[in-house]
Amino acid sequence: MDTKLKNYIVKENGDIILNMGPQHPSTHGVLRLEVVLKGETVKQVVPHIGYIHRGIEKMCEYDTYKQIIHLTDRMDYLSAHMNNEAVCLLVENALGIEVPERVKYIRVVLDELTRIASHQLWWSAYGMDLGALTAFFYGMRDRERILDIFEESFGSRLLHSFNTPGGLMHDVHPNFQKHTMEFVKYFRKKLPEYHQLLTDNVIFRNRTQGIGVMSKETAIAYGVTGPSGRGSGYSCDVRKIAPYGVYDQLEFEEIIYDEGDSFARYMVRMKEIEQSLNIIEQAVDKITDGPYTAKVKPIIKLPEGEYYQRVETARGELGVYVVSDGKKFPYRMHFRSPNFNNLFVLNTIAKGHLIADLVAISGSLDLVIPDIDR
Amino acid sequence: MSGVIKYFADILHGIKTLWGGMRITGKYFLSPKEIVTQQYPEIRHKQKIVYDRFKGEVIMPHDENNQHNCTGCGVCEMYCPNGSIEIITKKIPGENGKMIKVIDKHIYHLSMCTFCGLCIKVCPTQALAWGQNFEHAVYDRSKLTKVLNKPGSSYKGLNKKKEAKS
Repeated sequence: MDTKLKNYIVKENGDIILNMGPQHPSTHGVLRLEVVLKGETVKQVVPHIGYIHRGIEKMCEYDTYKQIIHLTDRMDYLSAHMNNEAVCLLVENALGIEVPERVKYIRVVLDELTRIASHQLWWSAYGMDLGALTAFFYGMRDRERILDIFEESFGSRLLHSFNTPGGLMHDVHPNFQKHTMEFVKYFRKKLPEYHQLLTDNVIFRNRTQGIGVMSKETAIAYGVTGPSGRGSGYSCDVRKIAPYGVYDQLEFEEIIYDEGDSFARYMVRMKEIEQSLNIIEQAVDKITDGPYTAKVKPIIKLPEGEYYQRVETARGELGVYVVSDGKKFPYRMHFRSPNFNNLFVLNTIAKGHLIADLVAISGSLDLVIPDIDR
Repeated sequence: MSGVIKYFADILHGIKTLWGGMRITGKYFLSPKEIVTQQYPEIRHKQKIVYDRFKGEVIMPHDENNQHNCTGCGVCEMYCPNGSIEIITKKIPGENGKMIKVIDKHIYHLSMCTFCGLCIKVCPTQALAWGQNFEHAVYDRSKLTKVLNKPGSSYKGLNKKKEAKS
């Protein structure tokens, strides 16, 4: 008796059904892609999600608005600061709290530092997915500098529940501005290395150029936002189209590429790092002395009604929707997470490519699985 | 003919780009000063590896008289989002025979803690603080449940209260 388990199914018409995941190294999380193959060509990709569902939206219904902050960290853990800020902005706008000027600029600097750290990690991991292991160490080396700035000020490196409705949990470290400027100087010097190592590499270019082309219509139809959407020529930067915080007072460009392939999505992120450095340089000088939080009641109660706030995370548009019935807990809380929409475009853009290219395509979408399942 | 030229031009271009990448790795290979790797377990006792504000665990600072700042009000227990703090109070006879509520056990479940920092922020008497220890690996899960106030400790303000009254 053959007791060996088969890890694939062969259909009558010769199609092979293969499971990529849930523990596949290139998905960076527990995501299962059911791939229908004709030989080596992808015919269909069916994503199966839910392996890391924690019920964050339901848990929010039993937490006060201050307690919700630490749950949003755990969705898109690489842009934890922006997730926190989304909930904070929603509460502040609903109650009409005027946040001190100092807090606004600190938040912008932290947003952009988080964005750079996220893109660096993505760059490292993307190189590793495509077989360039060296890139991983160079990306991680520079990311460590940002994490040091975070650790010095907030005590944690990744999930710093640092925002609170009305301001910040505590003041930043006195050396925060100095160390941030040092990092900007240091990283401007190191960024050309990234291009020399990976961007100009002929193997990398051949594996990404013309692979996984997503048209602008597809991007809009699926709601693909963030760098993945902007790589297809879809102008969707929330910082530009619906500015929050002090983004309307800062000068930066929205990076848009029209090619729509994996390489365009890659280039959008690399150029965004440069724009983020520009934003940090402008905002750090404007951090004035002052209080680090506005006066907020100990127990926050939102007036009855519906509220919506969107921010730009490192992966796209994060929307927070709250229905309040006037109590200290929200009646219903919903997150419109960018990765959910970015994942389901995979079937459309990966069709007809080889299975090895599927890794390049799903990597270029920059998926964070806990954000999909919540 | 042009196909042949393109073939060799592609090879040359490939070698050139690969050489560009190899030059970077070679540069760091030959300059040991740039190495950022830390030999972790060896340097543990020689240098400080975390910053002062590092969120390792929640601790309750005690002074030399084995006294702490906790009044047992229970605000931290109320604010904790995942129930990792339990406050058990007891009543002891104070001045004039009145019973005073003091802290008996401040139980902290490290295994449930998400390090959000709300308990430390809301504490009205600054009884809690962040500890810098981050090596939490234990063989038994029950060891992650800790009692923060040391045995025999008392509230710092209790004596002051008595003095003020008398």
